[in-house]
Order: sequence, then C-alpha cells, then structure tokens
Amino acid sequence: MLRIRNLDAGYGNLRVLKNISLHVDSGEIVTMIGANGAGKTTLLHTIIGLVRPTAGEIRFRDMDCRRLDTRRLVTAGCALVPEGRQVFATMGVEENLVLGGHVLQKREGRAAVLRELGHQYELFPVLRERRHQLAGTLSGGEQQMLAMARALMSRPRLVMMDEPSTGLAPLVVRDIFRVIVRLRQEGNTVLLVEQNARAALAIADRGYVLETGKVILQGPAGDLLANRDVQRAYLGREQVDRDDGRTGDEKGVSAST
Amino acid sequence: MTADLFFQYLFAGITYGIMYAIVAIGFNIIYNTTGIINFAQGEFVMLGGMIAISLLHVMPLPLAITGAVVLTMLVGALIEILFIRWLDNPSVLRMIIITIGLSILIREAALHIWGESIRSLPYFNGNEITTVTLGPVRVSPQVFWVIGVCGVIVLLLSLFFRMTPLGREMRACAANRRAAVLCGINARNMVTFSFMLSAGIGALAGCVMSPITYTQYDSGTPLAIKGFTVAILGGLGNSMGAVAAGILLGIIEAYSISFVPLAFQDAISITILLVILFVRPHGLFGSGETARLKEF
Repeated sequence: MLRIRNLDAGYGNLRVLKNISLHVDSGEIVTMIGANGAGKTTLLHTIIGLVRPTAGEIRFRDMDCRRLDTRRLVTAGCALVPEGRQVFATMGVEENLVLGGHVLQKREGRAAVLRELGHQYELFPVLRERRHQLAGTLSGGEQQMLAMARALMSRPRLVMMDEPSTGLAPLVVRDIFRVIVRLRQEGNTVLLVEQNARAALAIADRGYVLETGKVILQGPAGDLLANRDVQRAYLGREQVDRDDGRTGDEKGVSAST
Repeated sequence: MTADLFFQYLFAGITYGIMYAIVAIGFNIIYNTTGIINFAQGEFVMLGGMIAISLLHVMPLPLAITGAVVLTMLVGALIEILFIRWLDNPSVLRMIIITIGLSILIREAALHIWGESIRSLPYFNGNEITTVTLGPVRVSPQVFWVIGVCGVIVLLLSLFFRMTPLGREMRACAANRRAAVLCGINARNMVTFSFMLSAGIGALAGCVMSPITYTQYDSGTPLAIKGFTVAILGGLGNSMGAVAAGILLGIIEAYSISFVPLAFQDAISITILLVILFVRPHGLFGSGETARLKEF
C-alpha cells in the first residue's frame, strides 16, 4: 500500500526526517510512536504532499507521491486525519462530512456520498444526533470522531491519523481506538501516529519508533510493547519487573540505524 | 432641521451606505477565502462603471452592464492568476501590499484608457430630475435600483454560500484551508473564484451607482476606504454586518453636513475607522472570541 525508502524531509535548512524507511501493507494497522518533535507529523505531511521530501522515495499504491500534490493523493485514496482535528468549526456537522466526500462525489456521484454518509453515521452514532450542530460546538472527542468520519467519507485506501488521542479523556480515547480496530475489520488500512504508545501498540499489528527524525526500532506491536527500551522511554515504566522469559530485543524487534 | 429635510438626509444616507456595503461585501468575500484585504476592490467598482459606459456605445444598457460585470470578473481572475496564485505560502502582509500595487496599476491603466474625464451611465429609469415621491421624501428611481441590487446580491450570496457545493467549498477554505486541501478541494481555484465573485459584485455596484456618484479613473480609492471602514465596522467577513454598518456610516455622513463643513465628510469615515480599530477591532457585530481566532 505505502512504501517509503530513505526519506529525507524538513523545513528550509532544518532536516526533520532522516533516512526513513517504512511500509504499510493492505489491511494493517501500523503505528508510529515517538515523543514530541520526533518528526511524526512531518512524516505524515510529507506522505500527503504538504511537505516536499528532499530525498528518498514515497510510493503509494505504486504511484510516485513526489509527483502528486495533496489533492491528487487524496483523490487516489490517501486520507489524513490531521492533528488537532481541524474540523470546519463554523460549518455544520453534516456539511463537514459532505465536504469530506468531495473526492467521492467526483469519482462516483452524489448517491455514493449519501450512502457513505449513512455508513459514517452508523460508525459514529453521536454524529447523527448532532448533524445539524456547528462542528465548533462539539466536544473534543466528538470533533475527533467528526475529523475521522470526514476523512473516511472519501472512502480512502489508506487512513493516516495524527495523534487522535491528544487532549481526550481516557474513556473517549478508548472509543476512538475501538473505532480504529473496527476500521481494520472493515478492510481499511491505517497508519496511526501516536504519543500514547501503549494504546496504539495494543491495537496495532506493527509499529515503528521514531526518535529525532530516525526510525530507531521497528517490529510487531506485541514485541515492541514487551521491549525494555520502549517500555522505559514510552510506556513510563522505570523498572520492568515482570519477566516472562522474553524480551523484545530477542524476538521480532529489530533496531534500525 | 425640518422633518422633510430629516427624511431626505436619511434616505440619502441609506443610499450611500448601501453602496459602501456592496464594496464591503466584496472585501469580505476575498477576506473569507484568503484572509487578505484586497485593496484593489475599489478599482473593480471603477472598472465596472467605466467598462459599462464604454460598452454602452455599441450595445443596450442591460447588455453593457452584463458585459462590464463579466469583463471585470475576468480581470479579477487574471489578477489572481498572475499575481497571487503562484506565490508559495505568501504572508498576509505581502499579499496586501501586492493588492495595493495592483490598485495603483489598474488606476493608471484606467487613466490611460479613459482619460481624466468624469463620466456616468444614464439613469436606468428616467433622468436626473425624475423623482418618486415617498411620503415627505423625493428620491430618484436609481436609489431603488441601488437598494434592490444590494438586496439581491446579499440574498443570492447567502444562497450561494449555503446551498451550492461550490459555495460550501469556498466556506470550507475560509474555515480551514489546510483541512479543505485534505478533503481534496482545490483551494487555489477557490481563491480565483473568490476574486472573480468579488470583482463581479464590485462591477455591478459600479454600474448601479454610476448615475448617482459618477465614475472617474480614480473614483475607486475613496470607495475602497469607505468600504473598508464598513467592512471593519460590520466585522470582517460578515455580510449582513456590512449592510448594517454601511447604512450606519451613510447616515452619519449624511447628517454630518448639518454639523460640520462638507469638506470634513470624508474625514468622518477615516475617524470612525481609527476609533473602531482602537476600540473594537472585531467590529460592531463581530464577536471578540472568533476575531481572536483569526490570524490578524
């Protein structure tokens, strides 16, 4: 689905991403964890064409992303749920969703948009209740769901989510992550960028750990969860007392340099 | 002041106020999609009037006005495509200075094409001395054209922005440009459309007001200042607020003649502009909260 090789990107003279390689296969949830400033958002922005790479290769469905602008990538089925939700605050909930279906309408017509709208209301019942409200009046969790539903309205092949759990109460985060799992069940592919490493790794198939613009670890999500370095740095455990006889380092986790 | 005079001034004030409001609406449309103030807006008004006057030599009035609106829209689109579109992530200040430069450019071009003479379109109904008696007031039928055209513009604009997909996409660009791009909307085209739309509205305004105010190569600048005052007064981006603020400014100007010399009339709008920028920069009708969220 998505293949990135030796990617470099940044802003002006600032090199944010250094030699990143990763891939996302169809039907997977892949998570990218890392602290603030590690380059997670820049990575997503580079994939979707908001930031231009300085070197390396990005291929989405075997198309060269560097030749495509954001609009064409979205049309081709790559969607981003941006950090901080970015709903159209002054517009209604349903209007937000219809706008999300912009490329679907161009591709398959108005009836497809209405069908997809029904599907999103089924996935997020709270949005149906609030469909005539202004998006800016929704709670943080509802706005996050709206942002996700808006991205899904384009019926993307790959959904990228930029820190969907930021600033939300734990119960709401659980709902959001449940929806992400359901998305995979429906055959979607998700690239999930998160600071909340535990929650993200718990639902993901594979994970990457990003630090100061480099991928330092990668592997199956379960192995990353069990990895001592990951636990120390991202899961808030100083001491790992549970010893179940395996550590991530020996299993599938591989350090990349 | 006699009661008759009172109403006569009131009506004159409303007429001028509505003309300012149409200019202000032009400001608002571009501001809403780009966040910039297009200081060439007054020149669109002038161009509309001038082109219609020239076209009138070869075609009847309704066609001449239509032609002027279409041609001015093309000028608007051309300006956007040549001077704004290719800028990669320009700062707001840079774009504003570009529009100031454009306004000077258009004015000088108009001076070359049409010269310094003062022209006007004929009255749409009757002539300079035709009046309609309305209770104590006698007004020119042109006044009703101005009010009617403004009413239709406000109505159609609000329908356009609410009901049509294109209007919805333009509002989306205004609300959150990056999110609109992520929805696959061509934000650059929306900016071009907004320039065309506000150029067309400016041109239409220039046509209906030409019989009353006359048109000259530099008549756009004072209108732009007043329209800008009204746009700020009504809360940037708020079309209904612009109409109310326009009428308010028009009436204040009209009555000011009773209290201060006529020469001060233009100073009034600038004074109001300064006061409002100091005291309530979000306008009379805008909310401070949303204004704080904007970039300015």
